[in-house]
Amino acid sequence: MKKYEYTEKKDTRSGFGAGIAELGKTHPNVVALTADLAGSLKLEAFIKDNPERFVQCGIAEANMIGVSAGLTIGGHIPFATTFANFATGRVYDQIRQSVAYSNKNVKICASHAGVTLGEDGATHQILEDLGMMKMLPNMTVINPCDYNQTKAATIAIADHVGPVYLRFGRPVIPVFTPADQKFEIGKAWTVNEGSDVSIFCTGHLVWESIKAGEILAAEGIEADIINIHTIKPLDEEAILASVKKTGCAVSAEEHMISGGLGDSVAHVLAQNFPAPLEYVGVHDTFGESGTPDQLMQKYGLTADKIVEQVKKVMGRK
Amino acid sequence: MELEQLEHIATAVRRDIVRMVAAVNSGHPGGSLGCTDFLVALYFDIMKLKKEADGTPIFDMDGRDEDLFFLSNGHISPVFYSVLARAGYFSLDELSTFRKLNSRLQGHPTTAEHLPGIRIASGSLGQGLSVASGAAYSKKLNGDTNHVYVLMGDGEQQEGQVWEAAQFAPNKKLGNLTAVIDFNHAQIDGKTDYVNNNRDLGAKYRAFGWHVDEMQGNDMADVIKTLKKAQEDPDVPTLILMHTEMGFGVDYMVGSYKWHGVAPNAEQLTQALNQLPLSVGYSDY
Repeated sequence: MKKYEYTEKKDTRSGFGAGIAELGKTHPNVVALTADLAGSLKLEAFIKDNPERFVQCGIAEANMIGVSAGLTIGGHIPFATTFANFATGRVYDQIRQSVAYSNKNVKICASHAGVTLGEDGATHQILEDLGMMKMLPNMTVINPCDYNQTKAATIAIADHVGPVYLRFGRPVIPVFTPADQKFEIGKAWTVNEGSDVSIFCTGHLVWESIKAGEILAAEGIEADIINIHTIKPLDEEAILASVKKTGCAVSAEEHMISGGLGDSVAHVLAQNFPAPLEYVGVHDTFGESGTPDQLMQKYGLTADKIVEQVKKVMGRK
Repeated sequence: MELEQLEHIATAVRRDIVRMVAAVNSGHPGGSLGCTDFLVALYFDIMKLKKEADGTPIFDMDGRDEDLFFLSNGHISPVFYSVLARAGYFSLDELSTFRKLNSRLQGHPTTAEHLPGIRIASGSLGQGLSVASGAAYSKKLNGDTNHVYVLMGDGEQQEGQVWEAAQFAPNKKLGNLTAVIDFNHAQIDGKTDYVNNNRDLGAKYRAFGWHVDEMQGNDMADVIKTLKKAQEDPDVPTLILMHTEMGFGVDYMVGSYKWHGVAPNAEQLTQALNQLPLSVGYSDY
């Protein structure tokens, strides 16, 4: 097991804030929009440097999506920001018609995704967003794993032409990927090479997968750990190459199992290389109030749960 | 353009509308006929559009340095398609593919088929004012002084997103935006006053900070006069209540919400075409 160290913990949304601040300097056509959540989305630095390119929409997410679609006409690259629930479920039809079907170069940037939003409870903890967004034709869906990767992804999507859904979170988590990483949309990142089991992980569950990998290594199980930061387009080649080597897989995500990364992996396997697959994710339930750590425990989004599922799936080989 | 000439074009467009809808026994003739004069005025007289030296329109998605139009109530696509074709964006012949398989002329407008003249999909109501506001904002950022127009239905005013955008545009000082409401008092299920009364739309927009004007949408001279006036204030958007009659030009359709989304049969089509005589120099598709 490759060793991953971290010296600090940071939130992925701050990675987004740092990324868009940099885009403010390098991309004169980038415009940031928000629906009364500029502080939560860490837009301060961008706003300070580019006040004229910041559009405060107020608490009106549907309008923000439409305004974003309109801004692309004239050559701007809008980054529409709010909490993941309000960035997707609340405005699904607006995204569907004005952004995805119209194929507009809008970047929907969603923070506070998943149960790690914590105490605010289920109304704010969307667990269906990846599914909704990946079902939309033309939409690229990205879910980075730490501060550095979120910053790199934010910068990368500005140069990708077409609608993008970028998802990140609120809690502080270990920063373990390099600051100077190259972020390639659609290209999975192999965290660790192993031949016993494949672990396909995304977002906050990548660090949990690394911890699980260490626990497994101590028991003599070597896991192939692959960070699927791009949910769509999915790196099918990387998934198949890994499972052909290991013969079984576990998916791990802070999302509903139905419609999430695990569903996408299952589809690839069923079509190309049927192999046992177990899931780590939320099973058909809404979240609730609690601290992020308590919620990750309660809903089984932990290294221990990944280890448990690995053992289960290896028994099915 | 001369008023008389615009009226000849409007008649040709109305013939296109009833023929297109009748040919596939599907589509929305009522609102299309009511909004014909407005769209003809816009594309043939009001809007500053990019054109080649020979008058052929130049279309690009960015639409910089030209006026832009967005159709929010996408179901009146027949009038939009006909006006775009007659303005030279694509061949008149293509109107015969309306709502047929593999056509660029989808039932509701789309960018997916790359039909020149269309910059946003519409059909699901309530989104156009937001998109037009974004495009107007984009022009301001670009230092582009051209104007943005959007047409909505009066039934569409029942959508909540319209009021999000109605707050946004004056707050962002989008004086380069003119929104027009087809005020025909009719929607699918009946009279708008019966389905969900809009009450005083003008007062509502005025309260949000818009300039509000009215015009007779089936009087070409009044449409042109009112639209020209709408561009005067650089900081305040304009909302125009356009009084029209659904089905204008075809006597058995006039004023009847029943013709919102119903096609005329062969006999009714002949009757309609007889009421819309082509002028010399204009032809059917």
